[in-house]
Amino acid sequence: MRVRAQIGMVLNLDKCIGCHTCSVTCKNVWTSRDGVEYAWFNNVETKPGLGYPTDWENQDRWNGGWIRTKAGRLEPKQGAKWRILSNIFGNPDLPEIDDYYEPFDFDYDHLKSAPEMKAFPTARPFSKITGERIEKIEKGPNWEEILGGEFSKRAEDYNFEGIQKEIYGEYENTFMMYLPRLCEHCLNPTCAASCPSGAIYKREEDGIVLIDQEKCRGWRMCVSGCPYKKVYYNWESGKSEKCTLCYPRIESGNPTVCSETCVGRIRYLGVMLYDADKIEAAANAPETTDLYDAQLGVFLDPGDPDVIRAARADGIPEDWIKGAQESPIWKMAMDWKVAFPLHPEYRTLPMVWYIPPLSPIQNAAEAGKIGTDGDMPDVQSLRIPVKYLANMLTAGDEAPVVTALERMLAMRAYMRAKTVGGVLDESIAEHVGLSGAMIEDMYKIMALADYEDRFVIPTTHREQVEEAYDLRGGCGFTDTNGCSPGISKGSLFGGKKKPLKMPEAM
Amino acid sequence: MFSDFSLDFIIFGIMPYVALTVLVVGTIARYERDPYTWKSSSSQLLRRKQLIMGSVLFHVGILTVFFGHLAGLFTPVWVLDALGIPYALKQWLAVLVGGTAGIFALIGATMLLHRRLTDPRIRATSSFADIGILSLIWLQLLIGLLTITQTLQHMDGAEMVRFMTWSQSVVTWNLNAWAMVVDVHWLYKLHIFLGLLITLLFPFTRLVHMISAPIRYLWRPGYQVVRSRRQVPLSSAKADVSANTPAE
Repeated sequence: MRVRAQIGMVLNLDKCIGCHTCSVTCKNVWTSRDGVEYAWFNNVETKPGLGYPTDWENQDRWNGGWIRTKAGRLEPKQGAKWRILSNIFGNPDLPEIDDYYEPFDFDYDHLKSAPEMKAFPTARPFSKITGERIEKIEKGPNWEEILGGEFSKRAEDYNFEGIQKEIYGEYENTFMMYLPRLCEHCLNPTCAASCPSGAIYKREEDGIVLIDQEKCRGWRMCVSGCPYKKVYYNWESGKSEKCTLCYPRIESGNPTVCSETCVGRIRYLGVMLYDADKIEAAANAPETTDLYDAQLGVFLDPGDPDVIRAARADGIPEDWIKGAQESPIWKMAMDWKVAFPLHPEYRTLPMVWYIPPLSPIQNAAEAGKIGTDGDMPDVQSLRIPVKYLANMLTAGDEAPVVTALERMLAMRAYMRAKTVGGVLDESIAEHVGLSGAMIEDMYKIMALADYEDRFVIPTTHREQVEEAYDLRGGCGFTDTNGCSPGISKGSLFGGKKKPLKMPEAM
Repeated sequence: MFSDFSLDFIIFGIMPYVALTVLVVGTIARYERDPYTWKSSSSQLLRRKQLIMGSVLFHVGILTVFFGHLAGLFTPVWVLDALGIPYALKQWLAVLVGGTAGIFALIGATMLLHRRLTDPRIRATSSFADIGILSLIWLQLLIGLLTITQTLQHMDGAEMVRFMTWSQSVVTWNLNAWAMVVDVHWLYKLHIFLGLLITLLFPFTRLVHMISAPIRYLWRPGYQVVRSRRQVPLSSAKADVSANTPAE
C-alpha cells in the first residue's frame, strides 16, 4: 500500500442552475489572455448536446483516454509511445480551433466613433485570431445553451448510446440537464502519459495535475490524449495550458474560484486518500462497467487504523488525514454512493465526480398519477432516462445510478415526513439501504450545503519541504522568467513584447 | 593570414566559427534565460489543412538530409578508405538518397510556406522569424537540389572529398581550410553560406525545438509522471520513485 492524498471535487448536478458563474469567474482569473480566448478551463454544457469541443465524448472520433489492448495491456487510445512519437509532425487526432470555436470579440469602439449615419451603429464581430471581420458567427463557447439548435444535431450526443432516442425529440418528452466540466485531475491522466516532454505531472501531495510551462515544447499530444478535451493549446505562446485546480488557493486552504463563486452551492472539495499501487490494475479492469467499482477500490478508508498508520508512514500530514476523515467527497462517493466519475470508460480514473440530477416525473400529468415504487416515485419514470445518466457516469451500468437517485428521492421523502408531518420514518431510509441519521447528514451536506461542509481543504505544508529563510525577498509567482516583473521589453528569442497594461498614476 | 583578405575568407574561414559560437552560446543562453520561449510553435490547431501532409514530408525529408550531411561531411576520409568504399559510390549514394529526401523536403516546405503566407490565420500569427527561417530553409533546399546538376558533371567524388576535408578541417582548427573551397561552383558556395547563416540564426528561431526531440519518451519508465516536493524520497516508496523529479 502506498498512500497518497488527492483533492477531489463533487458537483451536485441536481442543484446546478446553469448560470455559468463558474465559467466566467474562471475565465476572468485564468484565461483572459491572448491565445486562450477560446479555452474554458471550466465550461457548462447543456445536455443532451454535442458539447465543447463538438462531440468531445466520442472517442471513436478523437481517440482520447486509454484502451485495454487485446493482450490486456493499458495504453493511450491514440497509441503507444512509439505511435505518439511517429505522429509528432502532424497529430491526426488534434481538434482544430473550429471544433471549439473561432474566438471573437465585437467592435464596440464603433458604437461611439461612428459618424452620423441613417442606420443605428452596431458592434460587429471580428476574429480574435486574424482581426478580420466575421460575417456570421458559426459557433461559440456555449452554442447549445438550453437545447439550442435542432434535435437531430443534439441527438448525436454520445450518451444516447443504446436508447431509443426519437421520442426525446418530441416536445412533450424533451429533457435537459447541465453539465459543468473542468479538468478531472485524474489518477491515471492520459495527458501526462502522452506528453513526450514529460512536462505534465501529477503532484504527489494533492494530486493536482499541472503543466510545466518551461518544459512544455508544444508537441500537443496532451490535447488529443485527454478524453475530456480539457488541455488547451495556447496558439499564442505555443504551450499547452489547463485547469490548475486553482492550486495557489488550494494550497492556502481556499476552494477553487469556480467552487467559491458557485451560486447554486453545488461544488464540494475534499481530501481522498488512495492507494497508488492499485491505480494501474484499476484502470485496466477487463470490462468498462467494472471501472466504477474498481476506482472505488482504489480509495482508502481514512477511518481504518491500518490506513492511518500507512498514511503516516508515507508522510501524509496529520491534518490531511483528518481532512480525509471529514471529507464530503468520501461521504458522497463512498458512504452514500450518490456521486459518480464522469465517463469512467475512458480509464483515466477521474477525480471530479457528479451527483446525477433528479428530474420531473415524466408523463405524470397525462397519466393523472405518478408512477410509484412503494412509497416513492419510480426513478425509471423520471424525465431524464436513467440509461442516459448511466452512459455518462457509470459506463452504462444503470444499477448504481438508480440507487443514487432513489437515495436522493428518499432524502426528500424522509425530510418532508419530518418537517411537514413531524414523523421520523425510518422505513424510508431502510428502503434505500440507509439510516435516518445518514439521511439527516445527507440533508445537511447536500441540501443545506454550508460553506464549511462543502469545502474541507487542509493547507499544504510547504514549510516541511521549503526553507522559508531562503525564500525571503523571493518573487512569488512570476511570468516564468526569473524575477521579471511581467513587463518584458521583448527578448532576443522571440519572447513577448507586449507589456502588461498597468493603470497610470493620475 | 590577413594579407589575402577576401569574401571567401570571411565566409569559409571565419563565418563557420562565428556561426558555431553563436549556435552554442546562444542556445545555452536561451535555454537558461528564456525557457518559456523554447517550443515547436505548432500552428496545427489554427489550421489543419496542408499541415499534416506538408509537415510530415518536410520533417522526414529534412531529417534525412540533415543527418546525411552530418554523416557525409564528417566521416573521415580514411574511414572510407579503410572500409574500401569508393568515393564515386558514396557520391552516388548521396545524390540518390539526398536528392530524394531533398525533393520530399522541398515539396513539404513549399506547402508549409504557401500555407504560412496565404492562410489568414497563420499569416496573422506568424512572427518575422517564423516566415524568415522557413523562407531561408526553402531557398536552401532549392539550392541544395540545384547543386546536384553540378555534382552530376563530376561523379568521381573528388569535389565531394574536398567538401569533406574542408568541413573536417574547420572543426579541427585548420584555419587555412577555406582555401580548399574557393574555386568551387558558386551554387555550392551559396549553399554553404546559407547553411552557415541558418546555423547562426538557429538560437533565435523556433528551430531550437529540434534539440528537444523527445526521444527519451521512448524509454521513460511507465506512463505516469509524479513530482514530489520531498527532499529525501521515502524509503518505503517503490516503483515510480525513479520517475520523480523535483518540483522546482
